[in-house]
Amino acid sequence: MIRLHGIKKIYATGEIEVAALRGVDLEVGAGEFVSIMGPSGSGKSTMMNILGCLDTPSEGEYMLDGVNVARATGNELAVIRNRKIGFVFQGFNLLPRTTALENVELPLLYAGVGGKERKERALEALKAVGLGERVHHKPKELSGGQQQRVAIARALVTKPAIILADEPTGNLDTHSSEDVMAIFQDLHASGNTILIVTHEPDIAEYTRRIVRFRDGEIVGDEQVANPRRALSQEREERGAVS
Amino acid sequence: MNFLESVRVSLRALLANKLRSILTMLGIIIGVSAVIAMVGIANGATAQITSQIQGLGSNLLIVSPGQANSGGVRGGTGSANTLTMNDLPKIEAAGSAVKAVAPSAGRNAQVVYGAGNTSTTVTGTTSEYAVIRSVSMERGRFLTQADVDQYSRVAVVGPTVVQNLMGSADADIVGKIIKLNNVPFQVIGVTASQGSSGFQNNDDMIFVPITTAQARLIGNKYVRQFFIEASSADMMQTAQDEVTIALRQAHKIQAGQPDDFSIMNQAEVLQTMQGVTQTMTMLLGGIAAISLLVGGIGIMNIMLVSVTERTREIGIRKAIGAKGRDILMQFLIEAVILSVLGGGIGIIFGWSGSKLIGRMLNMTASISVFSVLMAFAFSAGIGIVFGVFPARKAAGMDPIDALRYE
Repeated sequence: MIRLHGIKKIYATGEIEVAALRGVDLEVGAGEFVSIMGPSGSGKSTMMNILGCLDTPSEGEYMLDGVNVARATGNELAVIRNRKIGFVFQGFNLLPRTTALENVELPLLYAGVGGKERKERALEALKAVGLGERVHHKPKELSGGQQQRVAIARALVTKPAIILADEPTGNLDTHSSEDVMAIFQDLHASGNTILIVTHEPDIAEYTRRIVRFRDGEIVGDEQVANPRRALSQEREERGAVS
Repeated sequence: MNFLESVRVSLRALLANKLRSILTMLGIIIGVSAVIAMVGIANGATAQITSQIQGLGSNLLIVSPGQANSGGVRGGTGSANTLTMNDLPKIEAAGSAVKAVAPSAGRNAQVVYGAGNTSTTVTGTTSEYAVIRSVSMERGRFLTQADVDQYSRVAVVGPTVVQNLMGSADADIVGKIIKLNNVPFQVIGVTASQGSSGFQNNDDMIFVPITTAQARLIGNKYVRQFFIEASSADMMQTAQDEVTIALRQAHKIQAGQPDDFSIMNQAEVLQTMQGVTQTMTMLLGGIAAISLLVGGIGIMNIMLVSVTERTREIGIRKAIGAKGRDILMQFLIEAVILSVLGGGIGIIFGWSGSKLIGRMLNMTASISVFSVLMAFAFSAGIGIVFGVFPARKAAGMDPIDALRYE
């Protein structure tokens, strides 16, 4: 699904060149559930931006779902982000004054999906994250955990090749964090490819594979022998089995 | 994303900030309504002045005496007594471009009928006057050549005079004897109401034969004005030239000496007045257009603030797949909606405003479709022109920076 080869990213700030990534090779297969870990300054955010097609590498090859996206232009990247990637951010990044449903519809709007189908698919995605009843609430009327679930629904709705989550539990309490991780585990169980960037070992333990970054390089890549199962009351209510 | 969806997204964004949207539109509303009201009122004034001048008669030339010179002090035009009835045949024979000529000499007189008593202008003239000044009769007849030749003491009165003397404009006055400055005159007719469409009230007038007026009322043989009708609109200048030559000859004015009379050409006056009102229209329209421009800059200002304020929103939209073009369209459409909506409201305000002012100033404000279309196109154009810069700024944002923006 994802194949990175020799990815380098160099930022030129004035005369000084800073290498945020110094040659990264990484493969992620379809249906994997990976966490990317590393301290701040390790290059994991840069990695996230490149993986998410928000940025292009200075050097190297990036094959996403069979397409080389390393040299794509701004508009091409926008289309790739829309079709192949679902984003989940630390700060939720929902549009204020806009209902949950409309927020989830947004990627479909830019994909050119018509009104009726758009609404149906958005409702379906919201149901999948257990928010079927709160679709007409605006973000500020929802709790942090609920907002993040709306954001996950938004990431899901286009049926992307990968779901990228950048510190998805960073702004949440432990209870909501576990809810969110439970959803990711369920999504993984139903076949989605998920990458989570985090610096919390607890969170990484919910995933199946941990890739460690330090100083712009991969320093560790291991499978998680016994992933923790997120326990969530909300999950019981959804009646999910996994 | 198609255009309709872009419009919906923009509308939603505008509705989310109602107060700001309305305040932004206010600039355009004021600008557009000012343009429409100003131009409407100026056009109304032009039409009114034009109709007043045309109401004097058609293809009209007015000959007035020249300036009096006494001891080096020059009086105003018409202050000298240089025109007499002797000039009448000279002018009539001046050339083919002169169709009809009517002299006039008048003064204010006290009019008495029974207990009725009023003061009005008595104009001495000939039968031609009715033709040249388009006077039509309500009852009775106008003056005839015989009346003039025989120094008849007959009078044609306006409806206002009848009203003032007898309490009703319809009262039976024809055949009755009225006294003008104690001189008895028999009323032979009442003119039809013309209203006060000229510079004077045409209904508050009494016409008598000019010969009688000179002998019995004024006491001199001078003529105040000759009204001349040219044979056609094209011939007005020709008629003016012919009359000038004839009068200079009659008055024995040497070449190089100034005329002792002056001729007012209705077409020229009309042209001058229209020039003046046109300048007025442009001046008012220009001032209003500046306010429209300021309104446009207001839109740009707000849109720029809005782009900065919504940086994060732009980042989110881009991250989930909005192209630069989508963002550009969203902000551009927002600006256009603001200005077009403002323009529409401005047209309504401007239209009703100019009707209101027109009613207050007792004139008809004419709203031209052209000025409405202009104002509308202009405000839409303003939306595009002043929307492009902020919209481009938004579209060009880097999604990573935009998402990080606090």
